[in-house]
Amino acid sequence: MVSTAPPAAVDAVRGRRSTAPPRRRRGGRWTPLWLLLPAAAVMLPLFAYPLYQLGLLSVLDFGQEQVSGGVPTRYVGLDNYRTLLASPKFWDVLVQTVVFAAGCVGATLLVGGLLAVLMTRVWAAVRVVLSFSALAAWAAPAMTGSTVWMFLFDTNLGLVNHALGLGPHNWTYGKLSAFALVGAVVVWHSFPFVMITLYAGMQSVPGEVLEAATLDGASALTAFRRVTLPLLRPLVTIVVIQSVIWDFKVFTQVYVMTGGGGIAGQNLVLNVYAYEQAFAASDYSLGAAIGVVMSLVLLVLTVVYVRALHRRDGRL
Amino acid sequence: MNIARWAAIAVTAALTAGCAPSTADPTTSADAKTGTLTVWLYDEADRSPKEKVLADAVHEFTGQHKDVKVEISYIPTDPGPRAEKMKGAFNDPASAPDLAEFGNTDLAGYVAAGAMADLTSAIGSWDAAKDLPQDVKDAATVNGKMYGLPWWVGVRALYYRTDVFTELGITPPTSYAQLVDAARKVRKAKPKMLGIAVGGKYVFGALPFIWDAGGDLATESGGKYKAAIASDASKAGVKNYAALFAGDICPPEQCADLTGGKTVDAFAAGLAGMAILPNSSRGKVDAGATKGKYGVVPLPGAKPGSIAPAFAGGNDLGVLKSAKHRTLAIAFAELLASKKYQLAMYDAMGNLPTLSGARGAVVTKDKFLAPFVNTMSAGTRFVPNTPAWTTIDAQTVVPTMLQKVVAHKATVDAATAEAETAMNAAFGG
Repeated sequence: MVSTAPPAAVDAVRGRRSTAPPRRRRGGRWTPLWLLLPAAAVMLPLFAYPLYQLGLLSVLDFGQEQVSGGVPTRYVGLDNYRTLLASPKFWDVLVQTVVFAAGCVGATLLVGGLLAVLMTRVWAAVRVVLSFSALAAWAAPAMTGSTVWMFLFDTNLGLVNHALGLGPHNWTYGKLSAFALVGAVVVWHSFPFVMITLYAGMQSVPGEVLEAATLDGASALTAFRRVTLPLLRPLVTIVVIQSVIWDFKVFTQVYVMTGGGGIAGQNLVLNVYAYEQAFAASDYSLGAAIGVVMSLVLLVLTVVYVRALHRRDGRL
Repeated sequence: MNIARWAAIAVTAALTAGCAPSTADPTTSADAKTGTLTVWLYDEADRSPKEKVLADAVHEFTGQHKDVKVEISYIPTDPGPRAEKMKGAFNDPASAPDLAEFGNTDLAGYVAAGAMADLTSAIGSWDAAKDLPQDVKDAATVNGKMYGLPWWVGVRALYYRTDVFTELGITPPTSYAQLVDAARKVRKAKPKMLGIAVGGKYVFGALPFIWDAGGDLATESGGKYKAAIASDASKAGVKNYAALFAGDICPPEQCADLTGGKTVDAFAAGLAGMAILPNSSRGKVDAGATKGKYGVVPLPGAKPGSIAPAFAGGNDLGVLKSAKHRTLAIAFAELLASKKYQLAMYDAMGNLPTLSGARGAVVTKDKFLAPFVNTMSAGTRFVPNTPAWTTIDAQTVVPTMLQKVVAHKATVDAATAEAETAMNAAFGG
């Protein structure tokens, strides 16, 4: 993606049509299909089968009694979905998850993007330090990162309270303050991917294009907005979709930092809610229904986003 | 044909075609008299004394039973990992143990999972069984059948700082009003200390207040449970507990998200004037700054001089339905739960014996236990002994209710009504 997209995009920017003749098609009309076979052989067992099981579980009555107790498994149709959709708590948590994920995605892109720009402007030594510290944050397991941040923000013994002279301030007591703290850790974990990807993309923007823009009298900001950004669009699309999926599915940070969803469940997100309601309670079929709903929401979000981009540009 | 019917047919076809989610066969137990008996016990913070007692027991047992080996594994005690481990054993009988130790609140869920063998007749014919108090037996009974052999019990009482109380001229509280008063005095004189460490997630700390007010989590009639948490009496109890979460006792900002374990930490670190802790917390408190500076009294009820009913916590030994050495497993459980080994376990781990005779013996030996034994004699209570409790527990219904009240996110009426609905949904399902 990184290597193929920019030349084509460059053509678009220059307003020139590609002059290369269309390559002659070799092989029959089935060729694409059998070329897909190796990928399908890996993807189908790894993705389709679990998805099929997830869907199947969600229309059954399947708990620990059915797994090990010899109680027969029963088809219940859409009962699990009805239970779920009728629960006001589910809707609260869904809305909360969408808002939280949107905030995290926005912040991740902003931080990652700004640092990527910064990386193109600083000395090599600074760039190395910057990328190493970002990689360290990226490499830190979610569990470790969350725990360390909680040490920093501990009510009684935390360094942050000590440094700010706040006394025993509990950062996870207020709903917004808890979400902000968890969000910071989510962003801290995911901005390096955005930063590295966008930096790589910016590196591949041909210098002569920017030079031409400058010669035409474009300011640095205009050149960035009108030249660099359009060239980066395919990459931005990917990091946005990735971030949306990651942040929508966030579990560890919320579970660890707010002790399973915060005071009276004020910081629940969908994944933690599914774990608590279904898997901890051994109601696997309800958990599967929540999983299906989450997949659908993500699918819709992704499709809408890709379509919106497509409509604006005529292509990706 | 409508879509629903097509879907039903498709699913039935899938099930019969063998694409169904896997289920474990509820294997009937085998009864080999030789071979390796596998036993799962709870891992403890320092398990070496427990291992020593077990080594003696295994030595004695293998001396009595020829060609038998005993293999003991220690499983994690935290609720999540513990549940995963046990569910794994239920789902794969081939890797399940013959005998397992488990917390008595987990039992009903295990029974509903079809995992435990009925021990009613085995325990009935065990000589020592007549020495088991009724409330202890009740906590190991589900639907009239005993599935667990009670191994040890634990109850909670009120730990308080003797040095702080002496300095401020307060006496240990003998009523709820005195408790509140003492807690306020401590925090006023020592602003860095919590008057009493209580937690919004500490269900077993809150239950005594609800029971003392005449309320309960649920009531049972004819095997059916119905939530009672929104009754007037229960609400009065919730209010009494929530009143401790005040700026001048235990500020909600600091205490709303505390668990029972965190209250132990706070008291052990010298950050609380009082705390409601089990007898087994003694080791942890002695390892902290509070060592040698605390005493214990029963948690007082509202009526002066009364004792608030405590939760009858404890661990059982149970034989799995899939066990391959049923008779041997029962024999080894009876050996571990005999007076001799209950006393040895008390010396090693501080676990209170279940047998009245053994309990009497440790109490005369150790004065520290007097308030706990007095609490037990005053009568203990238990959570609803039904698989629905496992669901209610996993869905954090009671902690959510408590936290809503103590953090002023809902009124007592609204929070208890919501908890009642959630509980009834679990009971009814």
